[in-house]
Amino acid sequence: MTSEPRDLSPVELRGPGEVALVDLLDRLLAGGVVITGDVTISLADVDLVKISLRALISSVQAEIPAQEVSRDD
Amino acid sequence: MAEALTYLYAITRGTEPDLVRGLEGIAGSGVRWIEVADLGALVSDVDEDEFGEAALRRNLEDLEWLGTTVRAHNRVVEAAAAALPVAPMGLATVYYGDDRVRERIAERAEGFESVLDRVTGRTEWGVKAFADLSAAPADPGEPESERPGTAYLRKVRHRTKSREESKQEALQQAADVHASLAELAEESRTHPPQSRELAGYDGVMVLNGAYLVDDARADLLVEEVRELAERHPKLRVELTGPWPPYSFATILEDERETP
Repeated sequence: MTSEPRDLSPVELRGPGEVALVDLLDRLLAGGVVITGDVTISLADVDLVKISLRALISSVQAEIPAQEVSRDD
Repeated sequence: MAEALTYLYAITRGTEPDLVRGLEGIAGSGVRWIEVADLGALVSDVDEDEFGEAALRRNLEDLEWLGTTVRAHNRVVEAAAAALPVAPMGLATVYYGDDRVRERIAERAEGFESVLDRVTGRTEWGVKAFADLSAAPADPGEPESERPGTAYLRKVRHRTKSREESKQEALQQAADVHASLAELAEESRTHPPQSRELAGYDGVMVLNGAYLVDDARADLLVEEVRELAERHPKLRVELTGPWPPYSFATILEDERETP
Protein backbone atom coordinates (compact mmCIF):
# COMPACT_ATOMS: atom_id res chain seq x y z
CA MET A 1 0.00 0.00 0.00
CA THR A 2 1.60 3.20 -1.11
CA SER A 3 0.19 6.59 -0.32
CA GLU A 4 2.58 8.31 -2.68
CA PRO A 5 0.94 9.43 -5.91
CA ARG A 6 1.92 7.13 -8.72
CA ASP A 7 3.50 8.25 -11.91
CA LEU A 8 0.96 10.68 -13.27
CA SER A 9 2.95 11.75 -16.28
CA PRO A 10 0.42 13.31 -18.63
CA VAL A 11 0.27 10.99 -21.63
CA GLU A 12 1.71 7.67 -22.52
CA LEU A 13 2.16 7.22 -26.21
CA ARG A 14 2.53 3.70 -27.45
CA GLY A 15 4.37 2.90 -30.60
CA PRO A 16 2.60 0.77 -33.19
CA GLY A 17 4.76 -2.24 -32.31
CA GLU A 18 3.51 -2.53 -28.76
CA VAL A 19 -0.12 -3.43 -29.14
CA ALA A 20 -1.47 -4.73 -25.85
CA LEU A 21 -3.50 -7.92 -26.01
CA VAL A 22 -6.35 -6.44 -23.97
CA ASP A 23 -6.72 -3.53 -26.37
CA LEU A 24 -6.94 -6.00 -29.23
CA LEU A 25 -9.49 -8.10 -27.37
CA ASP A 26 -11.70 -5.05 -26.82
CA ARG A 27 -11.74 -4.56 -30.56
CA LEU A 28 -11.81 -8.09 -31.90
CA LEU A 29 -14.35 -9.47 -29.47
CA ALA A 30 -16.67 -6.48 -29.22
CA GLY A 31 -15.88 -4.81 -32.54
CA GLY A 32 -15.41 -5.65 -36.16
CA VAL A 33 -18.20 -6.48 -38.52
CA VAL A 34 -20.34 -9.13 -36.94
CA ILE A 35 -22.04 -11.25 -39.56
CA THR A 36 -23.09 -14.77 -38.98
CA GLY A 37 -20.44 -17.27 -39.94
CA ASP A 38 -21.21 -20.91 -40.68
CA VAL A 39 -19.50 -21.85 -37.47
CA THR A 40 -21.72 -19.99 -35.11
CA ILE A 41 -20.36 -19.03 -31.79
CA SER A 42 -21.25 -15.91 -29.98
CA LEU A 43 -18.18 -13.99 -28.96
CA ALA A 44 -20.27 -12.67 -26.12
CA ASP A 45 -19.83 -16.22 -24.81
CA VAL A 46 -16.15 -15.59 -24.40
CA ASP A 47 -15.94 -15.16 -20.73
CA LEU A 48 -13.13 -12.72 -20.14
CA VAL A 49 -13.64 -12.96 -16.41
CA LYS A 50 -12.94 -16.68 -16.66
CA ILE A 51 -9.95 -16.05 -18.89
CA SER A 52 -8.51 -13.46 -16.57
CA LEU A 53 -9.10 -15.79 -13.66
CA ARG A 54 -7.14 -18.45 -15.49
CA ALA A 55 -4.38 -16.00 -16.29
CA LEU A 56 -4.27 -15.25 -12.60
CA ILE A 57 -4.31 -18.90 -11.62
CA SER A 58 -1.52 -19.76 -14.01
CA SER A 59 0.62 -16.95 -12.65
CA VAL A 60 -0.05 -18.25 -9.14
CA GLN A 61 0.68 -21.80 -10.31
CA ALA A 62 4.08 -20.67 -11.41
CA GLU A 63 4.86 -19.75 -7.81
CA ILE A 64 3.44 -22.67 -5.84
CA PRO A 65 3.57 -26.45 -6.33
CA ALA A 66 1.03 -27.57 -8.90
CA GLN A 67 -0.68 -30.20 -6.73
CA GLU A 68 -1.88 -27.52 -4.32
CA VAL A 69 -3.92 -25.73 -6.95
CA SER A 70 -7.44 -27.01 -7.37
CA ARG A 71 -8.82 -26.78 -10.83
CA ASP A 72 -12.05 -24.98 -11.52
CA ASP A 73 -13.36 -27.43 -14.10
CA MET B 1 -9.56 -35.94 -41.39
CA ALA B 2 -10.18 -32.35 -40.54
CA GLU B 3 -12.19 -30.36 -43.05
CA ALA B 4 -10.81 -27.04 -44.31
CA LEU B 5 -12.77 -23.98 -43.30
CA THR B 6 -12.46 -20.49 -44.71
CA TYR B 7 -11.54 -17.84 -42.17
CA LEU B 8 -12.61 -14.31 -43.09
CA TYR B 9 -10.42 -11.44 -41.82
CA ALA B 10 -11.77 -8.37 -43.51
CA ILE B 11 -13.68 -6.93 -46.43
CA THR B 12 -11.94 -4.28 -48.48
CA ARG B 13 -12.95 -1.91 -51.25
CA GLY B 14 -11.02 -3.16 -54.24
CA THR B 15 -8.11 -5.54 -53.95
CA GLU B 16 -4.35 -5.25 -53.93
CA PRO B 17 -2.87 -8.50 -55.29
CA ASP B 18 0.61 -7.78 -53.90
CA LEU B 19 -0.72 -7.40 -50.39
CA VAL B 20 -1.11 -11.10 -49.73
CA ARG B 21 2.28 -12.09 -51.11
CA GLY B 22 4.04 -13.72 -48.17
CA LEU B 23 1.36 -12.52 -45.74
CA GLU B 24 0.90 -15.09 -43.00
CA GLY B 25 -2.52 -15.61 -41.51
CA ILE B 26 -3.76 -17.67 -38.60
CA ALA B 27 -1.77 -20.81 -37.74
CA GLY B 28 0.75 -20.17 -40.50
CA SER B 29 -1.88 -20.20 -43.25
CA GLY B 30 -1.40 -18.22 -46.45
CA VAL B 31 -3.78 -15.30 -46.94
CA ARG B 32 -5.77 -15.13 -50.20
CA TRP B 33 -8.23 -12.82 -51.88
CA ILE B 34 -11.79 -13.64 -52.82
CA GLU B 35 -13.39 -11.03 -55.05
CA VAL B 36 -17.09 -10.26 -55.08
CA ALA B 37 -18.02 -7.42 -57.42
CA ASP B 38 -15.89 -4.47 -56.28
CA LEU B 39 -15.36 -5.88 -52.80
CA GLY B 40 -12.37 -7.95 -51.73
CA ALA B 41 -12.36 -10.50 -48.95
CA LEU B 42 -9.15 -11.51 -47.20
CA VAL B 43 -9.36 -15.15 -46.22
CA SER B 44 -7.25 -18.17 -45.39
CA ASP B 45 -7.82 -21.87 -44.82
CA VAL B 46 -8.06 -23.08 -41.25
CA ASP B 47 -8.68 -26.53 -39.80
CA GLU B 48 -11.97 -27.69 -38.43
CA ASP B 49 -9.92 -29.23 -35.59
CA GLU B 50 -9.14 -25.75 -34.45
CA PHE B 51 -12.05 -23.64 -35.70
CA GLY B 52 -15.00 -25.99 -35.65
CA GLU B 53 -17.69 -25.08 -33.16
CA ALA B 54 -16.58 -27.30 -30.28
CA ALA B 55 -12.89 -26.54 -30.77
CA LEU B 56 -13.55 -22.84 -31.02
CA ARG B 57 -15.58 -22.78 -27.85
CA ARG B 58 -12.71 -24.45 -26.00
CA ASN B 59 -9.95 -22.43 -27.66
CA LEU B 60 -11.57 -19.06 -27.04
CA GLU B 61 -11.14 -19.58 -23.33
CA ASP B 62 -7.47 -20.43 -23.68
CA LEU B 63 -5.60 -17.19 -23.19
CA GLU B 64 -2.50 -18.33 -25.04
CA TRP B 65 -4.44 -19.52 -28.09
CA LEU B 66 -6.56 -16.40 -28.00
CA GLY B 67 -3.50 -14.15 -27.87
CA THR B 68 -1.79 -15.84 -30.81
CA THR B 69 -4.96 -15.90 -32.90
CA VAL B 70 -5.97 -12.34 -32.17
CA ARG B 71 -2.50 -11.11 -33.14
CA ALA B 72 -2.50 -13.10 -36.38
CA HIS B 73 -5.96 -11.75 -37.26
CA ASN B 74 -4.79 -8.22 -36.50
CA ARG B 75 -1.63 -8.62 -38.56
CA VAL B 76 -3.69 -9.37 -41.67
CA VAL B 77 -6.17 -6.57 -41.00
CA GLU B 78 -3.40 -4.03 -40.39
CA ALA B 79 -1.63 -4.97 -43.60
CA ALA B 80 -4.89 -4.43 -45.47
CA ALA B 81 -5.75 -1.19 -43.68
CA ALA B 82 -2.39 0.27 -44.68
CA ALA B 83 -3.34 -0.08 -48.35
CA LEU B 84 -7.13 0.00 -48.71
CA PRO B 85 -10.35 1.01 -46.98
CA VAL B 86 -11.10 -1.95 -44.74
CA ALA B 87 -14.02 -3.35 -42.78
CA PRO B 88 -12.41 -5.75 -40.30
CA MET B 89 -14.40 -8.76 -39.17
CA GLY B 90 -14.88 -9.79 -35.59
CA LEU B 91 -12.67 -12.64 -34.44
CA ALA B 92 -13.44 -16.14 -35.72
CA THR B 93 -15.81 -15.48 -38.60
CA VAL B 94 -15.55 -18.87 -40.27
CA TYR B 95 -17.31 -20.46 -43.28
CA TYR B 96 -17.57 -23.88 -44.87
CA GLY B 97 -15.61 -22.91 -47.96
CA ASP B 98 -15.08 -19.95 -50.30
CA ASP B 99 -18.50 -20.24 -51.95
CA ARG B 100 -20.21 -19.60 -48.65
CA VAL B 101 -18.07 -16.48 -48.18
CA ARG B 102 -19.09 -15.25 -51.65
CA GLU B 103 -22.77 -15.86 -50.91
CA ARG B 104 -22.63 -14.08 -47.59
CA ILE B 105 -20.81 -11.04 -48.97
CA ALA B 106 -23.22 -10.75 -51.88
CA GLU B 107 -26.12 -10.86 -49.41
CA ARG B 108 -24.64 -8.12 -47.25
CA ALA B 109 -22.93 -6.05 -49.94
CA GLU B 110 -24.87 -2.89 -49.09
CA GLY B 111 -23.97 -3.17 -45.43
CA PHE B 112 -20.29 -3.54 -46.28
CA GLU B 113 -20.43 -0.62 -48.69
CA SER B 114 -21.88 1.59 -46.00
CA VAL B 115 -19.26 0.52 -43.44
CA LEU B 116 -16.52 1.18 -45.99
CA ASP B 117 -18.01 4.60 -46.76
CA ARG B 118 -17.97 5.46 -43.06
CA VAL B 119 -14.35 4.44 -42.46
CA THR B 120 -12.64 5.56 -45.66
CA GLY B 121 -9.99 8.20 -44.94
CA ARG B 122 -10.51 7.75 -41.21
CA THR B 123 -8.56 5.95 -38.53
CA GLU B 124 -9.45 4.62 -35.10
CA TRP B 125 -7.60 5.82 -32.00
CA GLY B 126 -7.96 4.56 -28.45
CA VAL B 127 -7.81 6.73 -25.36
CA LYS B 128 -7.83 5.26 -21.87
CA ALA B 129 -7.79 7.19 -18.64
CA PHE B 130 -6.88 5.89 -15.19
CA ALA B 131 -7.36 7.45 -11.79
CA ASP B 132 -5.31 6.71 -8.71
CA LEU B 133 -7.85 6.79 -5.91
CA SER B 134 -5.30 6.04 -3.21
CA ALA B 135 -3.99 9.58 -3.56
CA ALA B 136 -7.01 10.95 -1.67
CA PRO B 137 -6.72 14.09 0.48
CA ALA B 138 -5.31 13.51 3.96
CA ASP B 139 -7.51 13.10 7.01
CA PRO B 140 -7.78 16.55 8.61
CA GLY B 141 -7.42 15.01 12.10
CA GLU B 142 -9.59 15.42 15.19
CA PRO B 143 -9.33 16.55 18.83
CA GLU B 144 -6.99 14.43 20.97
CA SER B 145 -9.79 13.71 23.43
CA GLU B 146 -11.36 11.35 20.91
CA ARG B 147 -11.60 7.70 21.98
CA PRO B 148 -9.57 5.25 19.85
CA GLY B 149 -12.66 3.35 18.54
CA THR B 150 -14.35 6.54 17.47
CA ALA B 151 -11.19 7.78 15.83
CA TYR B 152 -10.84 4.51 13.92
CA LEU B 153 -14.41 4.61 12.63
CA ARG B 154 -14.06 8.21 11.64
CA LYS B 155 -10.90 7.41 9.71
CA VAL B 156 -12.55 4.55 7.87
CA ARG B 157 -15.55 6.74 7.09
CA HIS B 158 -13.32 9.53 5.88
CA ARG B 159 -11.34 7.17 3.68
CA THR B 160 -14.49 5.68 2.15
CA LYS B 161 -16.02 9.07 1.57
CA SER B 162 -12.94 10.64 0.05
CA ARG B 163 -12.39 7.59 -2.15
CA GLU B 164 -15.96 7.84 -3.41
CA GLU B 165 -15.56 11.58 -3.95
CA SER B 166 -12.28 11.08 -5.83
CA LYS B 167 -13.94 8.46 -7.98
CA GLN B 168 -16.84 10.74 -8.85
CA GLU B 169 -14.42 13.53 -9.64
CA ALA B 170 -12.31 11.24 -11.83
CA LEU B 171 -15.40 9.98 -13.69
CA GLN B 172 -16.48 13.56 -14.30
CA GLN B 173 -13.05 14.42 -15.68
CA ALA B 174 -13.10 11.31 -17.85
CA ALA B 175 -16.49 12.37 -19.21
CA ASP B 176 -14.98 15.77 -20.09
CA VAL B 177 -12.08 14.11 -21.88
CA HIS B 178 -14.43 11.84 -23.80
CA ALA B 179 -16.70 14.74 -24.79
CA SER B 180 -13.79 16.79 -26.13
CA LEU B 181 -12.44 13.87 -28.14
CA ALA B 182 -15.89 12.88 -29.40
CA GLU B 183 -16.28 16.41 -30.75
CA LEU B 184 -13.07 16.11 -32.73
CA ALA B 185 -13.94 12.62 -33.99
CA GLU B 186 -16.41 11.58 -36.69
CA GLU B 187 -17.70 8.80 -34.46
CA SER B 188 -16.92 7.63 -30.98
CA ARG B 189 -17.81 4.83 -28.60
CA THR B 190 -16.66 3.53 -25.26
CA HIS B 191 -15.64 -0.02 -24.41
CA PRO B 192 -16.18 -1.35 -20.91
CA PRO B 193 -13.25 -0.85 -18.52
CA GLN B 194 -10.67 -3.60 -19.03
CA SER B 195 -10.11 -6.45 -16.64
CA ARG B 196 -7.40 -5.41 -14.22
CA GLU B 197 -5.92 -8.92 -14.12
CA LEU B 198 -5.62 -9.06 -17.91
CA ALA B 199 -4.50 -5.50 -18.45
CA GLY B 200 -2.36 -5.20 -15.34
CA TYR B 201 -2.92 -1.54 -14.55
CA ASP B 202 -2.99 0.36 -11.27
CA GLY B 203 -5.90 2.42 -10.07
CA VAL B 204 -9.29 2.57 -11.72
CA MET B 205 -9.94 2.70 -15.45
CA VAL B 206 -12.38 5.57 -15.86
CA LEU B 207 -12.34 5.77 -19.66
CA ASN B 208 -11.80 3.21 -22.41
CA GLY B 209 -12.79 5.18 -25.47
CA ALA B 210 -12.46 4.62 -29.22
CA TYR B 211 -12.54 7.49 -31.71
CA LEU B 212 -12.85 7.39 -35.47
CA VAL B 213 -10.88 10.39 -36.67
CA ASP B 214 -10.45 11.90 -40.10
CA ASP B 215 -6.86 11.27 -41.22
CA ALA B 216 -6.41 15.00 -41.81
CA ARG B 217 -7.11 15.57 -38.11
CA ALA B 218 -4.85 12.87 -36.67
CA ASP B 219 -2.21 15.36 -35.50
CA LEU B 220 -4.93 17.46 -33.96
CA LEU B 221 -6.17 14.46 -32.01
CA VAL B 222 -2.73 13.62 -30.63
CA GLU B 223 -2.28 17.25 -29.60
CA GLU B 224 -5.75 17.37 -28.02
CA VAL B 225 -5.03 14.23 -25.98
CA ARG B 226 -1.85 15.84 -24.71
CA GLU B 227 -3.65 19.02 -23.72
CA LEU B 228 -6.51 17.15 -22.08
CA ALA B 229 -4.02 15.16 -20.03
CA GLU B 230 -2.39 18.37 -18.87
CA ARG B 231 -5.73 19.90 -17.99
CA HIS B 232 -6.71 16.82 -15.96
CA PRO B 233 -3.67 16.12 -13.80
CA LYS B 234 -5.55 13.59 -11.67
CA LEU B 235 -5.90 11.28 -14.64
CA ARG B 236 -3.25 9.21 -16.31
CA VAL B 237 -4.10 9.21 -20.00
CA GLU B 238 -2.95 6.64 -22.52
CA LEU B 239 -3.29 6.96 -26.27
CA THR B 240 -3.24 3.87 -28.49
CA GLY B 241 -3.35 3.59 -32.22
CA PRO B 242 -3.62 4.10 -35.07
CA TRP B 243 -6.01 1.13 -35.26
CA PRO B 244 -7.90 -0.36 -38.15
CA PRO B 245 -11.51 0.76 -37.60
CA TYR B 246 -12.53 -2.26 -35.50
CA SER B 247 -14.79 -0.36 -33.15
CA PHE B 248 -16.70 1.30 -35.98
CA ALA B 249 -17.09 -1.49 -38.49
CA THR B 250 -20.55 -2.39 -37.37
CA ILE B 251 -23.38 -3.57 -39.56
CA LEU B 252 -26.71 -3.33 -37.92
CA GLU B 253 -28.70 -6.50 -38.40
CA ASP B 254 -31.49 -4.58 -40.15
CA GLU B 255 -29.19 -2.42 -42.26
CA ARG B 256 -29.93 -4.30 -45.45
CA GLU B 257 -33.63 -3.45 -45.10
CA THR B 258 -33.01 0.27 -44.98
CA PRO B 259 -32.66 1.98 -48.37
